[in-house]
Amino acid sequence: MYETNYHRAGSVADAAALLAKADDGKLLSGGQTLLPTMKQRLAAPSDLVDVTKIAELKGICEDGNAISIGAATTHAEVAASDLVKQKIPGLAKLAGGIGDPAVRHMGTIGGSIANNDPAADYPSALVALNATVTTNKRTLSAEDFFTGMFETALDDDEIVTSVSFPAAAKSAYAKYPNPASRYAMAGVFVAQQADGSVRVAVTGAGQDGVFRVPEMESALASNFAPDAVAGISVSADNLLSDIHGSSAYRANLVTVMAKRAVEAAS
Amino acid sequence: MAHVSMVLNGKRVSGTVEDRTLLVAFIRENQGLTGTHVGCDTSQCGACVIHVDGKAVKACTMLAAQADGTEVVTLEGLAKGGTLHPVQAAFREHHGLQCGFCTPGMIMAAVDMIERHGAGNLDEATIRHELEGNICRCTGYQNIVKAIKAASDEMAGLQQAAE
Repeated sequence: MYETNYHRAGSVADAAALLAKADDGKLLSGGQTLLPTMKQRLAAPSDLVDVTKIAELKGICEDGNAISIGAATTHAEVAASDLVKQKIPGLAKLAGGIGDPAVRHMGTIGGSIANNDPAADYPSALVALNATVTTNKRTLSAEDFFTGMFETALDDDEIVTSVSFPAAAKSAYAKYPNPASRYAMAGVFVAQQADGSVRVAVTGAGQDGVFRVPEMESALASNFAPDAVAGISVSADNLLSDIHGSSAYRANLVTVMAKRAVEAAS
Repeated sequence: MAHVSMVLNGKRVSGTVEDRTLLVAFIRENQGLTGTHVGCDTSQCGACVIHVDGKAVKACTMLAAQADGTEVVTLEGLAKGGTLHPVQAAFREHHGLQCGFCTPGMIMAAVDMIERHGAGNLDEATIRHELEGNICRCTGYQNIVKAIKAASDEMAGLQQAAE
């Protein structure tokens, strides 16, 4: 790891000020991706601003018909939350399947979505559940937040403070993890709203990160059953293709994972 | 430089290290506790798992500075007096190791998993799923799983006896 300067922020305003002062500063929000990247010398931020000790960024609470999760809340906390398990079981299940237990004790929802790894699990939940991301500057929809592989709408000095998930009538996530890395090669989050409308979001497979599948959404809106999506395949054109799997293979996985997610949600 | 102070295995320790120093380096090199192993450079193997404020974490994927003000337990902190922790005893009894390199991380992960699920509440499938972040290249995991199951049941028995 190259040299860096560690700072522990006491508040969001403090973190923003520390970030503004730094040459090439990065927020440290669990560090389960950032630190391994730095160890490989693939990243060399001059300063790290640790936001995980900021009280206002932590915790899960009910906010009307939604659940608001602080940006520095760990995956383990989301997975174990009775509120999340009761209102959006698919989200609790997803959080409990990220990485491994030790990673879930450190990794946070804010860190994960700000990194927007194309194989990360959370982006699919945010998009399928139509979540709202709040930063220290503004509020934006999940679809506006994720803009491409490792790219978000965040400004350099912008800090995610919370994510709000509207409760869903039904929700589930199914992923096919790479056998070695355990990252999703395709992960599908399915959410049905009280009015019967459905959103389907795919992670792990797209070249530009998370994406929705409108054909599956309309098919599931009229018939919420695994069979409804069994015959729908996504185009392989914009899917990832690498040593782990071709784009055609991933396209097939999307259909299979969609079926499994619908089955788990039913 | 970062001044780092923590309670390590019940003892207050402190040191001045570079900001980039990993917690595992602080524990091994600054504090001389080499029971915590480094098996990979990619945060995947879990040989360095320790407990920070009661939670299993990878000491190679955390800066020493992040652990300032915390309570840390490593493998060396498990045994009480001359008595092995039930998980350590079970790994010996069931031969849950061959070369032993991954064992510190396995044992710390196992203690954490038993605490989270409650003693006696672990089945084989759960144990295998929970071990996703701990790699063993010798055993094929069979005896590790057996040891953790036995320790979990043993600890449930000890709890009942105490009540």
